[in-house]
Amino acid sequence: MMPVILWTDALIFLLAAVVIVFVIYARSKPHLRAPWYRVFTGRIAAGSVVVLLAFVVTGLLDSVHFRLRLENNGNHNANHYSGEVLSILDVLLGPIRTRVEKTYSAPFATHLFAKETIELDDGTKVRDYPRLHYGGQHLPDSGEGKWQDILQRSLLAISEALLASALILYATAALLGRRTARSAREMVLAIWRRETGLPWRTLLTITTLLLLLFFLVLNLASAFHVLGTDKVGQDVFYLTLKSIRTGLVIGTLTTLIMLPFAIFLGIVAGYARGWIDDVVQYIYTTLNSIPGVLLIAASILMLQVYIGNHPEYFETTVERADIRLLFLCIILGITSWTGLCRLLRGESLKLREAEYIQAAVSFGVAHGKIITRHILPNVMHVVLITVVLDFSGLVLAEAVLSYVGVGVDPTMNSWGNMINSARLEMAREPVVWWSLLSAFLFMFVLVLAANLFADAVRDAFDPRTRAR
Amino acid sequence: MTQTLLTLDNVCVKLGHGETAIQPVDRVSLAIQRGETYALLGESGCGKSMTALSILRLLPQPIGRITSGMIHLGDRDLTSLPESEMRRIRGRRISMIFQEPMTSLNPVLTIGQQIAEVLSQHHGMKGRVAQDRVLELLDAVGIPDTRRRFREYPHQLSGGMKQRVMISIALAGEPDLLIADEPTTALDVTIQAQVLELLQRLQQKTRMAILLITHDLGIVAGMADRVAVMYAGQIVEEASRDCFFGNARHPYSRKLFESLPEVHKREHALDTIKGTVPSLDRVFTGCRFVDRCDYAWDLCHSRIPDWNRAEKGHHARCHLLDQSLSVPASVAGVRSDSAIAAAHHSRGERLLQITDLKVHFPIHKGIFKRVAGYVYAVDGVTLSIPRGNTQALVGESGCGKTTVGKGILQLLRPTAGSVRFEDIELTTLKGSQLRKQRSNFQFIFQDPYSSMNPRMMVGDIVEEGMIAQGIGRNRQERRVRVEELFRKVGLSPEHAQRYPHEFSGGQRQRICIARALAVDPRLVICDEPTSALDVSVQAQILNLLKELQNTLGLSYLFITHNLSVVSYLADRVAVMYLGRIVEEGPVAGVLESPLHPYTRALLSAVPVIEADSAREIIRLEGDLPSPSNPPRGCHFHPRCPEAMDVCRTQYPGETRNDDHSVCCFLHQ
Amino acid sequence: MFAYIVRRLLYAIPILIGVNLLTFYLFFVVNSPDDMARMHLGMKRVTPEAIEKWKASHGYDKPLLLNSEAHALDKLTDTIFFEKSLKLFVFDFGYSDDGRDISYDIGQRMMPSLAIAIPSLLIGLMVNITFALLMAFFRGTYIDISGVILCVVLMSISAMFYIIGGQYLLAKLLRLMPISGFDSGLIALKFILLPVVISVVSGIGSGARWYRTFFLEEAGKDYVRTARAKGLSESLVLFRHILRNALIPIVTGVVVLLPLLFMGSLLLESFFAIPGLGSYTIDAINNQDFAIVRVMVFLGSVLYIIGLILVDISYTIVDPRVRLT
Repeated sequence: MMPVILWTDALIFLLAAVVIVFVIYARSKPHLRAPWYRVFTGRIAAGSVVVLLAFVVTGLLDSVHFRLRLENNGNHNANHYSGEVLSILDVLLGPIRTRVEKTYSAPFATHLFAKETIELDDGTKVRDYPRLHYGGQHLPDSGEGKWQDILQRSLLAISEALLASALILYATAALLGRRTARSAREMVLAIWRRETGLPWRTLLTITTLLLLLFFLVLNLASAFHVLGTDKVGQDVFYLTLKSIRTGLVIGTLTTLIMLPFAIFLGIVAGYARGWIDDVVQYIYTTLNSIPGVLLIAASILMLQVYIGNHPEYFETTVERADIRLLFLCIILGITSWTGLCRLLRGESLKLREAEYIQAAVSFGVAHGKIITRHILPNVMHVVLITVVLDFSGLVLAEAVLSYVGVGVDPTMNSWGNMINSARLEMAREPVVWWSLLSAFLFMFVLVLAANLFADAVRDAFDPRTRAR
Repeated sequence: MTQTLLTLDNVCVKLGHGETAIQPVDRVSLAIQRGETYALLGESGCGKSMTALSILRLLPQPIGRITSGMIHLGDRDLTSLPESEMRRIRGRRISMIFQEPMTSLNPVLTIGQQIAEVLSQHHGMKGRVAQDRVLELLDAVGIPDTRRRFREYPHQLSGGMKQRVMISIALAGEPDLLIADEPTTALDVTIQAQVLELLQRLQQKTRMAILLITHDLGIVAGMADRVAVMYAGQIVEEASRDCFFGNARHPYSRKLFESLPEVHKREHALDTIKGTVPSLDRVFTGCRFVDRCDYAWDLCHSRIPDWNRAEKGHHARCHLLDQSLSVPASVAGVRSDSAIAAAHHSRGERLLQITDLKVHFPIHKGIFKRVAGYVYAVDGVTLSIPRGNTQALVGESGCGKTTVGKGILQLLRPTAGSVRFEDIELTTLKGSQLRKQRSNFQFIFQDPYSSMNPRMMVGDIVEEGMIAQGIGRNRQERRVRVEELFRKVGLSPEHAQRYPHEFSGGQRQRICIARALAVDPRLVICDEPTSALDVSVQAQILNLLKELQNTLGLSYLFITHNLSVVSYLADRVAVMYLGRIVEEGPVAGVLESPLHPYTRALLSAVPVIEADSAREIIRLEGDLPSPSNPPRGCHFHPRCPEAMDVCRTQYPGETRNDDHSVCCFLHQ
Repeated sequence: MFAYIVRRLLYAIPILIGVNLLTFYLFFVVNSPDDMARMHLGMKRVTPEAIEKWKASHGYDKPLLLNSEAHALDKLTDTIFFEKSLKLFVFDFGYSDDGRDISYDIGQRMMPSLAIAIPSLLIGLMVNITFALLMAFFRGTYIDISGVILCVVLMSISAMFYIIGGQYLLAKLLRLMPISGFDSGLIALKFILLPVVISVVSGIGSGARWYRTFFLEEAGKDYVRTARAKGLSESLVLFRHILRNALIPIVTGVVVLLPLLFMGSLLLESFFAIPGLGSYTIDAINNQDFAIVRVMVFLGSVLYIIGLILVDISYTIVDPRVRLT
């Protein structure tokens, strides 16, 4: 096995490290701890965090890449690696990934979506819906007893989920109880009556729902294509899960890339004023005046030309797609940092007149120190709010850009690409709706959770909403 | 004949729900007679504004509500009226004016529209009739050029004018009761005098009652018929004005008097109230003032004092007045010891000399933003401060006094003039040279809430200056010094590990003082250090400043608009008007025999407690002119009651008599 | 005011130069005209002659910045930079890569874009303000809270879902209107209806929620308390006092978009096959027609700058406090 570290993988793990360091830092600072606590005590926000975590875990599992070693055929000296780059998620989803049908099939179908000419054993040919190779293979050819089978598997899944969540509830209660010197039984009651500081009842309810989904998929996906298959017969559920990473990368790395520019330029412009301010304002007005989609389109077109002319730089298609994804993030970052930069410039213009900054100046504190000790910590809430608010917009933007043709690489799994390839099938009769709907549904859940979470963060950190 | 207009009967107000709910008004009862002025006196957060809002049922929504009690206007209980009926009371029977005239008017509606709105709402007046009535009202509140003002927007008026418009809005419904919530707190003292006089005149004409909410004993003395003192959500004393000012009975009321800075207290420390106001989220089992009272004994902790009569129409919630109780002998005579070393300042050698200091801000106009003019914020100020002395700089807002302070510190670079600290010329210093000098002079800001970085622990805040100035070899040494400083300003060293928001206003100002002292300054510029604080807290800070001056030999430049603070603290005083000093001299000379007409007007406008019938208030016309376009000749002549022809053409030179100087043609 | 506008117009010049240089760099320096030609002619096995021919026919065969072979002033003017970038300033847009007159195309396609964009904007504005007012009126109640949650749900749905779902439901299942297409004159109305409805519905979530915060911010101000103390009813307070003030940010926020309406909507126009500037842009991107993309970038920034100036002017109209100097 040869590990493959893609550019975006490295940045994702860098981001994860930054988040962990920030969490440790925030725990020691009351002015950060208090608003975060407020965020997590809200039931809606806490619930969305659980959902977001599920997405993040999937995304992280999909960010550890490697290439498998090929079987050595006689040649013992050289190691040959497969050209296919896989992730942990791919391995976990192995059966679903590899069981490819011929073309479209509806969710839970046992037969293909379109009629084909089938040659029977006796040599006669009929036009009928061919049997799927994998979906519902354990059932008789007529597909009889399918729903009963699904029901059985679902019931099993439900009982497994309930059992698992009961275990989690008990473990949580025992842990919480140890802190407050109460028995686990008392704690379970307290959780049920919402008497805990954090909304444990909501957290556990959402976890139970997620577990339920997990077990349902576990039981059903092994025998059926739960969300059907697409044009080339790939399992739609697998594609949807693979798209999570793309959405997360676009939503987070874009802001990560733009943050240093926005923070540095914004603060320096507001603090230094004068010609520095003029230059920074000129830069962001110019960039802002170019319609975002067009700038992205122009840049991506140029990148396409570049990649097309230099195929030798990229070993695998995954690497090429990855570079394009990274570049898309950079371009999106360039078009979106201006808003934050302007906000920060305004804030630091105000702050430099604040009395505590004046006090620092009257002590002869150096400018760099004033910026890092006084201005930066007092504008971080603006940065944080912008980052969480931008996330969902970027996830949605990915789909639009892929439709326009300047999004992620067509070979990359993304909701935008799924929608783009499926929307043409809306004209079919009957409609092929599943891959379109799965993409929209997953995107909706992620964006909704992010929006709800962002709202809570803004309410907790924005001094204006706090005063109200 | 008196007739009761409004009664509050055991009114309780709650804000918020659940465990965090507070009760800012607790069983308040009062009665206002027709035509009288009833003053509700108290420090910030005592619940006086909430009481007023509860009368109109305008408590902040959705958190505020009246939980019990009755409010009767005549014989109707306002607490049980439906909202539609209540709207016929608001603005018609009871009107209200607020503290901030700047924000209380709708910025996008004209003055005329905002007044006419009341007329159409309550009197059905429309069109021409309404317009005539509006002009009449504007005229009644003393707004000149009413036809033009009618069409203007609030931002085109000065603060005093806006408050007059607010009053005319309140008058439009011809109410029986006017609630005035700190109507002059946001205004300058000369404007305050105008507005208070206007209120009195209108009251005589219309016979309406006024519920005056204020923290200023002087205003109460000048305006009120009856006084109620509020403390921590309750009325603790109620009396007629004369009884109250003659012989206040509640220990809290007395403390309010004693903590006022006055000239005859110069040689002593001011009396202060120990501790802080209790939080209002708990249930009280005894007197609310018990922890801060010099007279408290066991009973005060365990029993809530009821109303006790002192004399006719004068009662207080205090066990001391309860005839049925025998006050322990140990209590009756207790008096807090307030001796402080009498400050004695001789004119030492010169520490700071500023000469002809000018700070001008350019105004840009036109296509290429060329400089089209200047705001002459400070326009030729000369001042010297000797070692160990306190120089006060007084003036109204916008006169440039803060700019002088910042100009000295080089927080704003002066346009011209010199600032010499001992032998060093500060205006030409740059970068690290200036940085090195900064430990010599420090600044204490007006607002202790915004002068500390909310993200830093106060210990680090105090330490910051030491690091920048290289004081203390290592963190250990600096920490020791921080603790020492905390003790010096009356805080416990453990406080260093906390954040600013955990402290009260007074404590924060102490931390700011500790921060300034950390670098061993010799001159401290105090910019209104007590104006955001209540009187009892102000007294603590003034005491501290005085004590530090005695022990450390500090010099102060004390920038303020509060003349009583000046009379208590300062050695010399300079009066500023529109960027220039008009009079300068020793405190006793300037305050007792002022020479400049502006100084005289300023002094006479300050509300005082000892109502002296012979005292004549010199009313100043109009507002402070714009410093970007000062009047020709003497800047003060358009408002001066004694202006002569020469004043309109020429700026007067300085006349010096002993060490008292004045810029006025009357004295040349 | 006049001086202000003149100053802003002068300030626009360096910005447009900046935009121009940036696009020039992107289109001609990052990738040479040779790369472009190769791309258009198919990546593999392109003869150098074919490339030269393609470049010559599109005017890309000149030097980038300095033509050393030309004479006098032509040294500067007979270059790609002058022909393709500087001429944009006089709105000489030239020809697209497939040889069409860009100015003519833009003129033709402006009207259909506006036919969709203007009704969408106006109706959307009214709908959003109405919803926001409703929520503000019932602030703090369950109507408000469920309204906000509904808004968050609505704004979490992808715009493409609204379009595809709307087309499927209204046009395909219910057959209320044609799925896509466009026509001239009054017949256009039936084609416009669906995109406008979809555009309005997809904007409600974010729009209404955003405007609600304006209303609530104003509702917390001191002058509102004054208005209540006058005895005004809650609806008078809302409509006469709060609405007037909250309209200031709403109106100025809309004004900045006005000039950009010409550019049309990429998504709507391409899904509904409307021959506007939005679909023009998308087609250009898909056909990799750099000439058109370059022109649209320039046009977009011109319109954006006009929008910024209009915002400042509109402030003086809606807010008596603002005067431009």
